Amino acid sequence: MFSRDRWKEIIEVLTTNWFRTLLTAFGVFWGILILIILLAAGKGLENGIRADFGDIATNTMFVWTRSTTKAYQGLPIGRRFSYTTDDVAAIWAEIPGLRFVSPRNQIGSSEPNVIRGVNKGAYNIYGDYPEIIRQDPLTITSGRFINPLDIQESRKIAVIGQGVVQDLYEEGTEPIGSFVTIQGVNFKVVGVYKKEGNEGNQNAQKEIYVPFSSFSKAFNRGNRVGWMAITAQDGMPITAIKEDIFSLLKKKHKIAPDDKRAVGHFDLYEEFSRVESLFGAMRFIAFFVGILVLISGVIGVSNIMLIVVKERTKEIGIRRALGASPFSIKLQILMESVFLTIISGMFGIVVGALFIYGINYVLDLSGPVDMFMSPTVHVGVVISALVILIVSGLFAGFIPARSAIKVKPIEALRTE
Amino acid sequence: MGMIEIKDLHKSYQMGSNSLHVLKGINFSVAPGELVAIMGSSGSGKSTLLNILGMLDEANEGSYVLDGVPIKNLNETKAAQYRNKFLGFIFQSFNLINYKSAAENVALPLYYQRMPRKERQEKALKYLEQVGLKEWATHLPSELSGGQKQRVAIARAMAAEPKVLLADEPTGALDSKTSYEVMDLIQKINDAGNTILVVTHEPDIADMCKRIVHLKDGVIVEDKKVKQVRAADYV
Ligand SMILES: Nc1ncnc2c1ncn2[C@@H]1O[C@H](COP(=O)(O)OP(=O)(O)OP(=O)(O)O)[C@@H](O)[C@H]1O
Ligand SMILES: [Mg+2]
Repeated sequence: MFSRDRWKEIIEVLTTNWFRTLLTAFGVFWGILILIILLAAGKGLENGIRADFGDIATNTMFVWTRSTTKAYQGLPIGRRFSYTTDDVAAIWAEIPGLRFVSPRNQIGSSEPNVIRGVNKGAYNIYGDYPEIIRQDPLTITSGRFINPLDIQESRKIAVIGQGVVQDLYEEGTEPIGSFVTIQGVNFKVVGVYKKEGNEGNQNAQKEIYVPFSSFSKAFNRGNRVGWMAITAQDGMPITAIKEDIFSLLKKKHKIAPDDKRAVGHFDLYEEFSRVESLFGAMRFIAFFVGILVLISGVIGVSNIMLIVVKERTKEIGIRRALGASPFSIKLQILMESVFLTIISGMFGIVVGALFIYGINYVLDLSGPVDMFMSPTVHVGVVISALVILIVSGLFAGFIPARSAIKVKPIEALRTE
Repeated sequence: MGMIEIKDLHKSYQMGSNSLHVLKGINFSVAPGELVAIMGSSGSGKSTLLNILGMLDEANEGSYVLDGVPIKNLNETKAAQYRNKFLGFIFQSFNLINYKSAAENVALPLYYQRMPRKERQEKALKYLEQVGLKEWATHLPSELSGGQKQRVAIARAMAAEPKVLLADEPTGALDSKTSYEVMDLIQKINDAGNTILVVTHEPDIADMCKRIVHLKDGVIVEDKKVKQVRAADYV
């Protein structure tokens, strides 16, 4: 089937009419090119949006408090309340399937609130547990992050962002081991971090993390908790357990069970799923449109092959008189069609890849663009495109191949 | 035992509601090594008979045995195989494939026999040499004269070493000089022992055969042996 003679025949036939062959090939070329570019564009959008999520653990929700909107058990409407470290313990005790429950406190300021020597700056300060690094990842570039002992002993240590280092330290000064004064309290710097995937957002590099316990003591929070980051175990969507957590919190804080507003939250999992389904839809559209264009290309190939077969009726008659079996004729036509489809499709894939390469090059030069990042086409997609091409080549050749052997040899010989 | 045995062969063409009865009971046999001319007026059914003998068409009735092999109810694949093994065709309009060189045209039946490439090429050259066209092996049909084309076609028909050569007006498109050259070739092939049937309506061509069969209105009206006129005497 893959003998040299077959290929020679195919090349001979396809090169007898170059112009027509090129015209035929163009339809398939165009179809696969559109498919590749659409898929790459979708992937670019997906990459861009994913980058905005960063490395954050997506099976996570954040919970904070708001004022109540219903009177309950003699308590007035509009009451403010606060979570406490007791709530954290209660959630751990009563809700199964959780991975991390991290209480957090935070101070932000527009006035300078951190001083080092003669330099000062305004930064967000977080009181955190060591686990937070697994929920909202950051990369330690030197030193270390908060550890359990820091919490236990309420050490006055701080992990500062690279942005903070740039602001407060002269070039070449080693920040580790130095002290910074946060709202009048001295903290020893033990680590410097960087947040990946947030290059566009300079503020993410300008934060300071201190142990939760030290934060509470230094800034008089007692056992109060500003908000919580709760991550469920893999395979157990946080969205499925969050209502249990809300009920628990409402019970502990005497909030009406049907008060929808008192417990504020942001469910990353839900958001992410929504975006995921958007990606799915985009991929679907890319495939849908791409395949439609491809189909029109394939119909083009089929049509031309049909004309070619008609023109070659006499030749096919001669071949059959000389002993060509119907199968051999059919195979010849099918192989011509598959060959043409694959060659033009490969060309489309190559041009598509070059185009994407070009786009990436321009993006690299011009810097990051909102919601769009490194469009790529997966190898899997290229392989499935090839499979689609082979199948469509077969389809394109099928009808012409059948019509080629439908004519009886004697009639084929009689045509002029 | 004849090379070709046909008995009571009938063929009619269906055209709408009319049917045209073309062959009305043909009986004849051809022995190995014969050179038979089939004559008759236009529309008498000569080509129809030859096409049935060539398994390009099927009879409605009657039996056909080729070298002991009964030819009936063939599917197209089997028919193609038999044509390839048993028969060589020479057509009035040469029927060469125009984008293939002379040698490639000659090698084509061998390709369908799955003969290895090298062997095929050698054989094609050998047969081109026999018809005196070795130097033209790489030329396309469009670069050949009518007589040369017919000689390539004869080489092609011979290449598969068939049992029977079937020629439908092989000289019909040629002037008398080239016609005699072609007939000279056919006679030489026959001298080598090959069985050949030639359809013609030219008496001088028929006289160059060893036997003349006359068709009229779908039946054989005359079947006689003749003294062969050698084409070489006229070339
Ligand atoms: N496919 C066909 N359908 C209908 N009628 C046909 C077909 N082929 C041949 N005929 C008819 O059958 C008759 C015999 O045709 P055939 O071709 O055998 O004649 P012929 O003896 O070869 O004539 P010529 O010398 O002109 O070639 C003619 O009347 C012709 O019109
Ligand atoms: Mg005829």
